[in-house]
Amino acid sequence: MSLLGLQNLTKSFGGLMAVNEVSFDVEEGAIVGLIGPNGAGKTTVFNLITGNHRSDRGTVCFEGKDITNWVTHRIVRLGIARTFQTIRLFQKLSVLENVLAGCHCRMSSGSVAAMLRTPGERREEKKALDRSLGELAFVGLAGQEMQLAKNLSYGSQRLLEIARALATEPRLVILDEPAGGMNEQETAALIGTIRKIQKRGITTLLIEHDMSLVMKACEKIVVLEYGSKIAEGAPEAIKGDPKVIEAYLGTED
Amino acid sequence: MKDKSMYIYGGIFAVLAVAPVFLNPYWVDVLNNVGLYAILGLSLNLIVGHAGLFNLGHAAFFAVGAYTAAILNTLYGIPVLWLLPVCALTAGLFAGIIARPIIHLRGDYLCIVTIGVGEILRIALINDLFGITGGPNGIFGISRPTVFGYVIRKPHEFYYLIGTFLMVTIFLFHRLENSRFGRAVNYVREDETAAEGSGINASHYKLAVFVLGAAWAGMAGDIFAAKMTIIAPESFNFWESVVMFAIVILGGSGSIPGVLLGAVLFVGLPEVFRDFADARMLIFGAAMVVMMIVRTEGILPQRPRTYALPEASNAGGNP
Repeated sequence: MSLLGLQNLTKSFGGLMAVNEVSFDVEEGAIVGLIGPNGAGKTTVFNLITGNHRSDRGTVCFEGKDITNWVTHRIVRLGIARTFQTIRLFQKLSVLENVLAGCHCRMSSGSVAAMLRTPGERREEKKALDRSLGELAFVGLAGQEMQLAKNLSYGSQRLLEIARALATEPRLVILDEPAGGMNEQETAALIGTIRKIQKRGITTLLIEHDMSLVMKACEKIVVLEYGSKIAEGAPEAIKGDPKVIEAYLGTED
Repeated sequence: MKDKSMYIYGGIFAVLAVAPVFLNPYWVDVLNNVGLYAILGLSLNLIVGHAGLFNLGHAAFFAVGAYTAAILNTLYGIPVLWLLPVCALTAGLFAGIIARPIIHLRGDYLCIVTIGVGEILRIALINDLFGITGGPNGIFGISRPTVFGYVIRKPHEFYYLIGTFLMVTIFLFHRLENSRFGRAVNYVREDETAAEGSGINASHYKLAVFVLGAAWAGMAGDIFAAKMTIIAPESFNFWESVVMFAIVILGGSGSIPGVLLGAVLFVGLPEVFRDFADARMLIFGAAMVVMMIVRTEGILPQRPRTYALPEASNAGGNP
């Protein structure tokens, strides 16, 4: 059974058809890539899945549940976490607190418990702290917990966003250009991290312009152009697909 | 560093604990006002400093608390200190009803609406709302608070009542800051979209912190009503909201020590410099302009939270 299913998802901004009747499935445990030229509507698809935009038509199903147009924080709670194309960290807060933000939805203490500092609240805080440190170590940011997020390098900021997403204990992570701004070594390390995420049983859906990463990491690729899906399949098949080649390189005449 | 600041706070606390012995009633009353504004500043700090919601109508919630205490005390004779939770409830409820439809507004828009709310309430009070607020003259004859049968009457007695309330406020708000709730409102302040994307219900936290801050101001209103024994709409005008706002911004948004210092500077200093009353506003204006240029985050800005990290990672900071 597919973990995430998109059915005829459609979204227009004014006269611009950003996403047009897009349907595809993401199988449980897979790494799926969403590619396409700039402005093809990839990020809009992500925003529709995670509730940042409301769709005009079509449905998004997660684990068989219709989650179309749910509010974002509910979707995260259900098990879909994401990173952003333009890095959206809490710049003025520490690296650790950025990851603790992800733990939030798996905790329950409110303001009264905080003021009374109940045993349950303390246990929960300790658990969240341990979990956050674990996720930071997982993405390779151990030892930088007390840095401010804005002082990290660009590549590290991307990793921190992934750590924050993983801290929500997701079933599916959605990565929007995770290798953006990374050098070759960092990208290679990122592929390793994405595979490690898969080993933890978490499904990944990613947008990426770095074709070497997409071809190496993904098991299935979905190609968008002008908001419509033009191809879907294994990396090898996509590489040779004439429609995809045309979209990226243009026709000869 | 941490030890040093503990000594400083301990020293200030010790001096303040015995201060009424050496001061005349006038100065004790000045300190009482500082304390009251410190409580109001701390409650507003939750909203403005921690959640980044510009609320320039905080005096309205202060007023709701004060009037709740005044009406219930004068009409039904309920002791004022028993009314503390009731005042918190009415002010919180009022804030909730007001804030629910406007909480999604950003920055300056929210600011304008809160100014409007403050003014509407003040004018409603002048017009003798429901015939129970006493119109422009307000309500008089509010009874003194009693603690275990002991009637609190003199300024130095109020000093310890307000001081206790302030200490409890600091203690609880400090804990609140260093919790899931405190972090959540900071995330929302820093980046609402990212906070939602991390699974935080942004509008819930904005509303919750707004109601909590207002409820605390309501309790401060109860103490104020008991201290003055007479309250009138003019005690809750726009200027009061501005002072509370300035205490937070000037002292340090999101910082408890900052807000306390802000209250001393804004409420205490003008009394010290009463001889130069004419030049006071000029000096204040100039000081605020300078502050906004050289130190936008306030005199004592919010400090990063500390966490009990395991040994190995405590060296963190220098990768």
